[in-house]
Amino acid sequence: MQYLQQVLFCIMAGAAIYWFSKKVAEIRRNIFLGKAQDLSDNPGQRWKNVILLALGQKKMFHNVPVAIMHFIIYAGFIIINMEVLEIVLDGILGTHRLFLPYLGEFYGLLINTFEWLAASVIVVCIIFLARRNWLKLKRFISKDLNGWPKTDANLILITEIVLMSLFLTMNATDQILQDRGVAHYEPTGSFFLSAQLIPLFEGLPDGTLIAIERVAWWIHIAGIFAFLNYLPYSKHLHIALAFPNAYYANLQAPGKIKNMPEVQNEVLYAMQPEFAPANATPPASFGAKDVFDLSWKNLLDAYSCTECGRCTSECPANQTGKLLSPRKIMMATRDRLEEVGRNINVNQSFVSDNKTLLHDYISVEELRACTTCNACVEACPVSISPLDIIVELRRSLIMEESNAPQEWNSTFSNIENNFAPWKFSPDDRDKWANEMAS
Amino acid sequence: MKINTMAEMMANGETPEILFWVGCAGSFDQRAQKITKAFATILDKVGIKFAILGKEEACTGDPARRAGNEFLFQMMAYQNIQILNGYNIRKIVTTCPHCFNTLKNEYPELGGNYEVIHHTTLLQELIDQGKIILKEGGSFKGKKISFHDSCYLGRANNIYEAPRKVLEALDAELIEMKRCRTKGLCCGAGGAQMFKEDEPGNKRINIERADEALETGATFIAAACPFCNTMMMDGVKNREKENEVAVLDIAEMIAESIA
Repeated sequence: MQYLQQVLFCIMAGAAIYWFSKKVAEIRRNIFLGKAQDLSDNPGQRWKNVILLALGQKKMFHNVPVAIMHFIIYAGFIIINMEVLEIVLDGILGTHRLFLPYLGEFYGLLINTFEWLAASVIVVCIIFLARRNWLKLKRFISKDLNGWPKTDANLILITEIVLMSLFLTMNATDQILQDRGVAHYEPTGSFFLSAQLIPLFEGLPDGTLIAIERVAWWIHIAGIFAFLNYLPYSKHLHIALAFPNAYYANLQAPGKIKNMPEVQNEVLYAMQPEFAPANATPPASFGAKDVFDLSWKNLLDAYSCTECGRCTSECPANQTGKLLSPRKIMMATRDRLEEVGRNINVNQSFVSDNKTLLHDYISVEELRACTTCNACVEACPVSISPLDIIVELRRSLIMEESNAPQEWNSTFSNIENNFAPWKFSPDDRDKWANEMAS
Repeated sequence: MKINTMAEMMANGETPEILFWVGCAGSFDQRAQKITKAFATILDKVGIKFAILGKEEACTGDPARRAGNEFLFQMMAYQNIQILNGYNIRKIVTTCPHCFNTLKNEYPELGGNYEVIHHTTLLQELIDQGKIILKEGGSFKGKKISFHDSCYLGRANNIYEAPRKVLEALDAELIEMKRCRTKGLCCGAGGAQMFKEDEPGNKRINIERADEALETGATFIAAACPFCNTMMMDGVKNREKENEVAVLDIAEMIAESIA
């Protein structure tokens, strides 16, 4: 019987890890569908960003109470995972509380700490559920989240509550079984928080208690494996990708727009043909029409987005009722990328589906509303740049489709012919100076 | 007052300490011309030898690049860099945060390497060095001033303090808007929005921002960008507050208060 449980456990763990790795490889493949972009410079600054922005969650601290609550879930999640190590080893080896004999009294201290964290996580998750569903915070009731994204967010919080409750339940029943001297349940000393649950289970016979303890143990660990495999499909993936995304965060002045060397060269060759190489071929396309035309960092951004909406709530266009929502730009990019990924899974390589990120997922009206003010970039706690994607899509609109509002076409022609965005005579550029002289 | 162009200076065998990049708004827009004149007056008064490019200056290409027209941007950049490098320009000051950002951050990789500073930073330096001496009890003393952060100065280039320090030197009472510094709300002009109608929505961005500025009860809204200036002024006019609240560039305030 015990061996059967061990075998079952190993199969479950193996399957969970296999599916997860497979999905991770798929996400990695999808991200590298994007264009090359060299972000290997300045490792010192980049590691500093990982520590400050990802590990330290620096940008979350613009709102201190929320930052603290978020930090509790995050720290709870990571630290309680140390207990998962014991659970996994117990599962494989058929032991119960493997670390107890080695850690002695310290074991009780550890589990008590985990329990406090677990309880804090439960409390914070309940508060977060309330914020999301009942407090009507603008960024949570936004239409960006209609349907699956809203469910996704709630599922994550509910799962965490369930997992933590199972952890406390198994410890409570374990303590009763220890007191009764039931075999395999070695004394650990009291766990303060789960001990409060003892009255709920005290009247039950040994057999039932063992069943509850075992079932809680199994559902807890199965839940963790299930959650692991849910991550890649969820916005919750940010718990992993926030780290690489902080490492690869833009280190240049935020106001600098990415250069297009291919256009720079085209202009240079037109102005000074002597520089043009004999075999110069014009670039195939300009800007981004689909996810393939974005950089891998843009695509990593899309997978790192946890749809919190801080970008959108800072966006001047969104705040004044325009269609643009930087969060939606990121969600649309991920949705399209996932669709492309599924297409590749089925067809081995991408087969045109007559859809593109531009138009089918992100409309011209959204792109036209951006003031390039960098508020979204500044607001993002995980170093995402929706602006970078917006500019790349705008480039495709203008340079591939000549799709500009009439006013912009006039602006362009004024800049080209009069060297200013307005239709003034270039000869009058220094008129003000002449006025000062007289 | 005689404003020299680079061509004139070159012809006289002179080199300026600094090139004043005026920008399109500062050159052509009637309101922004006043900012240009105020800043030129300050430079003249403190005895900085400066020059302008005059008719040889052209749009940096900022709105073109942000609208998505990289070809036009690269053409403008190419021409400007040819001119600037031709004159062997080392240091540039500009009253426009958009020109500032493009010259400082975007021209270097295209071959244009200059020390570029925004006029608010230069003004702060000149005040700190005692080169600008302000009148005792100038016209802004004790007045409530609210500073509007320009996106291309603040978030884009992390310049938040220089303009505020200049305003503090005026002995004025600085009142911050609810959204300021890194959270400052855009005036609505950036990203080539200045040159087209807003997309459909329920409010214009500049009116939203002007409302916020008016809420502070300040009698002066200080700007450090000619485009912000226009947008804020339009917003104030829209609320029919132009007789009570003035929108001024920091250079204009200093020019008026200089001893």
